[in-house]
Amino acid sequence: MTALSALIRRDIRIALRVGGGALIGVLFFLTVVVLMPFAVGPDLALLSRLGPAILWLGALLASLLTLDRLFMADHEDGSLDLITMSRTPLELACAAKALAHWLAAGLPLIVATPVLGLLLNLDMVATGSVALTLLAGTPALTFTGMIGAALAVTLHRGGLLMAVLVLPLSIPVLIFGVAASQAAIVGPMTFGAPFSILCALSLVSLVIGPFAAAASLKHGLD
Amino acid sequence: MQLSGRGVICVRGGREVFSGLDFEAGSGEAVAVVGRNGSGKTSLLRLIAGLLIPAGGTIALDGGDTELTLPEQCHYLGHRDALKPALSVAENLTFWADFLGGERFEAGESLATVGLDHAADLPAAFLSAGQRRRLSLARLLTVRRPVWLLDEPTNALDVAGQDMFSGLMREHLARGGLIIAATHAPLGIDSRELRIGGMA
Repeated sequence: MTALSALIRRDIRIALRVGGGALIGVLFFLTVVVLMPFAVGPDLALLSRLGPAILWLGALLASLLTLDRLFMADHEDGSLDLITMSRTPLELACAAKALAHWLAAGLPLIVATPVLGLLLNLDMVATGSVALTLLAGTPALTFTGMIGAALAVTLHRGGLLMAVLVLPLSIPVLIFGVAASQAAIVGPMTFGAPFSILCALSLVSLVIGPFAAAASLKHGLD
Repeated sequence: MQLSGRGVICVRGGREVFSGLDFEAGSGEAVAVVGRNGSGKTSLLRLIAGLLIPAGGTIALDGGDTELTLPEQCHYLGHRDALKPALSVAENLTFWADFLGGERFEAGESLATVGLDHAADLPAAFLSAGQRRRLSLARLLTVRRPVWLLDEPTNALDVAGQDMFSGLMREHLARGGLIIAATHAPLGIDSRELRIGGMA
């Protein structure tokens, strides 16, 4: 446990320091959402109808923005070698790194959601439901994205490959995230059904992600 | 404790780097792996560290901790220093001590031994190449592992640093550890030579 908490604390610390990824994600999220009303126009009804989708898209892209560096940075400076050799199973180390990434880069997005909801003319209930669905859904984005991040190390390709690999996996999360938010705001579906599926997606990815990422990293040893 | 390799074959990128390599090293013994560039010195160290899979042959450690695998009992000091520029010198060291686990020693003392105690709070981004290498050496001292795998360990070290490091290696061998070092420069300690890939 000491080893895992040390890894989580280190990654969060790096993300929060100058040049770390945490702030970049939030700023990107902010930029996308702030620009949207300018593009859509001053139709308040339209904005509030598009609001949940815009917030979800912004959060999705923002959380993927820094994810490709999840293992790449450790690979480049040799840390990944030592992590692979260590007494901590690689699967657990991968899970710890993803958790740290979510805490440093995913959680701030959810905290920022109420503020950005104001810009999109969302009321309290709508903003709350979007924030709740983001809280339930963003772990799925991080933990499936982690597989792409591991493959990016294995295949020595960053950036674009990661997006191509990970975006299809994140489609279900996006669908049910937005569906649950819309259900809470306009109905007629119940909030519970899509929200449960969203939670299930997160739980499944929590289990599969670390194993898939570790398998990819082990396979790509060189 | 006895580290031995039998008929080890290494293939990188479809090309056979070396084959049928036998080697042995016992407690208190240092082996200097020598050979021309590209002969597979680094590959051999990475094979022992479990970071490469041998295409054939076996590598085993007898007499070590039976609960642990060979890589878990090794320190690997590669070309890359495994340091995070955003973290301070002390934070880098204590992270590895916490993460690697096992028997550990005072991080402050290790920093003093390698001559970095004055820079403990400095972000690692501001360290020189030699200082980065010294900080990596502090990791070997803070966390104890019986097998040291060193890849060009004296690179970037000044003369005083090389003397300091020779002393550290002698202490490690005296404690019953063993060292496999890939090197072009003399290690400054008594060592057996393992030549791979023909004449240099």
